[in-house]
Amino acid sequence: MEGALAELRTAVMEAHRARRPLRLCGGRTKDFYGEGAEGSPLDLTGYRGVVEYEPSELVLTARCGTRLSEIEGELAAHRQFLAFEPPSLGGDPTLGGVIAAGLSGPRRAHAGAARDFVLGAVLLAVDGEALHFGGKVMKNVAGFDVSRLLCGSLGILGPILEVSLKVMPLPREEQTLRFELSEAAALEAFNRWGGQPLPVSATAWWQGLAYLRLSGAPAALSAARARLGGETVEPAAATEWWQALRSQRHALFGAVPSLWRLSVPSPTAPLALTGARLIEWGGALRWYASELPASEVRRIASAAGGTALHWRGGAAGSRFHPLAAPVLAIHRRLKERFDPHGIFNHGRLIAGL
Amino acid sequence: MPAAAPEASRHPRPGEPAASDPAATAVRRREVARVLEDLLPPDCILSREEELRPYECDGLAAYRERPLLVALPRTEEQVCAVVRTCHRLGVPLVARGAGTGLSGGALPHAAGVLLSLTRFDRILNIDPVARTARVQPGVRNLAVSEASAPFGLYYAPDPSSQIACTIGGNVAENSGGVHCLKYGLTVHNVLGVRGCTIEGEIVELGGAALDAPGLDLLAITLGSEGLLLIVTEVLLKLVPKPECAQVVMVSFDDVGKAGEGVAAIIAAGIIPAGLEMMDRQATAAVEPFVKAGYDLSAEAILLAESDGTADEVAEEVAAIESVLRAAGATALSVSRSEAERLRFWSGRKNAFPAAGRLSPDYYCMDGTIPRRALGAVLRAIEAMERKYGLKCLNVFHAGDGNLHPLILFDANKEGQWERAERFGIEILELCVTLGGTVTGEHGVGVEKLNPMCVQFSAAERAAFFAVKAAFDPPGLLNPGKAIPTLARCVEYGRQHIRRGELPHPELPRF
Repeated sequence: MEGALAELRTAVMEAHRARRPLRLCGGRTKDFYGEGAEGSPLDLTGYRGVVEYEPSELVLTARCGTRLSEIEGELAAHRQFLAFEPPSLGGDPTLGGVIAAGLSGPRRAHAGAARDFVLGAVLLAVDGEALHFGGKVMKNVAGFDVSRLLCGSLGILGPILEVSLKVMPLPREEQTLRFELSEAAALEAFNRWGGQPLPVSATAWWQGLAYLRLSGAPAALSAARARLGGETVEPAAATEWWQALRSQRHALFGAVPSLWRLSVPSPTAPLALTGARLIEWGGALRWYASELPASEVRRIASAAGGTALHWRGGAAGSRFHPLAAPVLAIHRRLKERFDPHGIFNHGRLIAGL
Repeated sequence: MPAAAPEASRHPRPGEPAASDPAATAVRRREVARVLEDLLPPDCILSREEELRPYECDGLAAYRERPLLVALPRTEEQVCAVVRTCHRLGVPLVARGAGTGLSGGALPHAAGVLLSLTRFDRILNIDPVARTARVQPGVRNLAVSEASAPFGLYYAPDPSSQIACTIGGNVAENSGGVHCLKYGLTVHNVLGVRGCTIEGEIVELGGAALDAPGLDLLAITLGSEGLLLIVTEVLLKLVPKPECAQVVMVSFDDVGKAGEGVAAIIAAGIIPAGLEMMDRQATAAVEPFVKAGYDLSAEAILLAESDGTADEVAEEVAAIESVLRAAGATALSVSRSEAERLRFWSGRKNAFPAAGRLSPDYYCMDGTIPRRALGAVLRAIEAMERKYGLKCLNVFHAGDGNLHPLILFDANKEGQWERAERFGIEILELCVTLGGTVTGEHGVGVEKLNPMCVQFSAAERAAFFAVKAAFDPPGLLNPGKAIPTLARCVEYGRQHIRRGELPHPELPRF
């Protein structure tokens, strides 16, 4: 892998010297995501492979080009997994892409987000130097938590060369219950269940049906089932249902002209948005196939104490929710310090940065 | 909190600024006080020598400094006014909560204002439906769980100082506790912060919605030791209280076997709510006064807690028992009541006070290592005890590899503090060599600036300063803490160790 690393270093140093923007590329499964960066592609898939994985340490370290399928396969062989359930969107993403995008799947509200599992990362700086942040241990407060800052950075601070993740044992058993509930009733139920000591690992609502996934010890699951009622979904169908949600193969994610992703406080009552909708994360994540103007969607999200991301389709314009001025100022200064000539994914996360 | 090396503190330390001219300090003090007096009520400013003295150190009493003055604002507007004034006058600013920190993070700056946030002690809102608590930074950690208890909820991070330490301090240090393997650190349990930038502007990072646009500035603020932002409000995640909990207490005749027992539990797919270890010296120190019922013949004791529903706990406890018996446990008992569970824990929770009874002073370390190295590190510490002629008790958050060796010494005996400090540094450097870190949960503060030179390269430290400059361009927020300057590292003269790669792998280490 030394050769692959040397090539990346040279490419970055040359781009920095020539002030030539680079577009960082992994598995190319999320090209649609973000503001669309300028620049010539820099392929990171050649720097690949699991560097270290010790199941009893609950830590896996892999290079950025490693495919998610390879990592998940290796973990599954030891009955472990990535608890933030990173989505695979129509392909096999790389670890670097998973962390740079920082997206999390159905388990997010209960197990945590991608950034919660990042223990350390290596960043390739503009001068070609590999910078190590965080580490391979569970607890580490030495230095600022730059590795978590990189998670969700969409590459604007530089290519993530390597990541160390906390991994978790697979739950011993999983079961999915289904309830016929209106949107409002489902939101109420999700938040009520969330406040009880129940082994909930995911919730979703779609077309009048609420889905509740329980994960854990068999004893805990049977106690919860007895308490909650509902209809038990056959295991294979349940697994497929959550997989389809995680990889966005549900009908809602298909051929809709415009798809919005709203992040709001979980108890927020049904929003005044038109169009088909799907709810995840106990009410905290809401997808809308809405053709309302962007300003209207953003206004509704802001009024609820949340933000709206224009996921796919619709008219041109900024995808992400705007940042408050002092917060944007910090972003600008961070970008200037890490990437003074703006060569890394310029504009992908924030227009002009 | 028992003080470490009170007398030793007076020794000037390399790399520290020499004491400034007292007359010039007095002039500056009057000048800054006059400006602040226009912005704050009189009882919010302390400037007389005797008023400043209580603030001269935090939980790490080995380091002391008198601040220029102390500001005790009551409102966010007052905080912003103080910050803006400091910005305008170029005065350093150090925020302080309860002052229980163990790394000197709240050590005052001789030319700076100490901003005490103890009056920000209100829980603003508990939302049982959203399962959140909105609190001011001066609220005590345990007070959040107490206020949430009527709703069957609690705040999970539980540092051992939780009776006294504040949420603001927890945010600054990214504090852990005995339950973080399962429930996470502060960073996993804080949803949002509101704070004042050095320019005196209010920013909100994160919030009740789970995702926020832009870079994750919330994550980098957590554990930033007051170098980036003055936090004025924190939104905490609350979690449902488990129905019941039981603890398994296990003896081992060898520390290595105990370490392997820890790995075996994890390998079996069990994540205990707590997984702690004490060596023989630690149990011998605590048992006489807590009477926890520890097996004094054991070389190491493990405490493994399981929580959840009654059935779930019964299942998990049985699984832990069988794994640990197979790992060579010599004795094993399970708590049969809540009182017994608390008694089993009492020794572990009282390890620091016990060290304080055993010895005039102790020095607590905080390195973290990969779990598999536990046995080897313990043996290495044994050898260091002989080398430095000092005793060391070892208590560990074994589940996450976080070590708290407590080095016993007497600051009044010539050279003991210096030996204790060298002993500690050698432990921390060993942690880095093994792929770990110099601080798992106590923070760098002033105490671990030198070992940071060993853990991070010059370019990595420069990146930290870049982050600092992005938040705090003039560098006035808690300057001189957390990240060592290049000059300091050059003076310290120890080489950066690339984590997990031994400089001379052929040499035997333990």
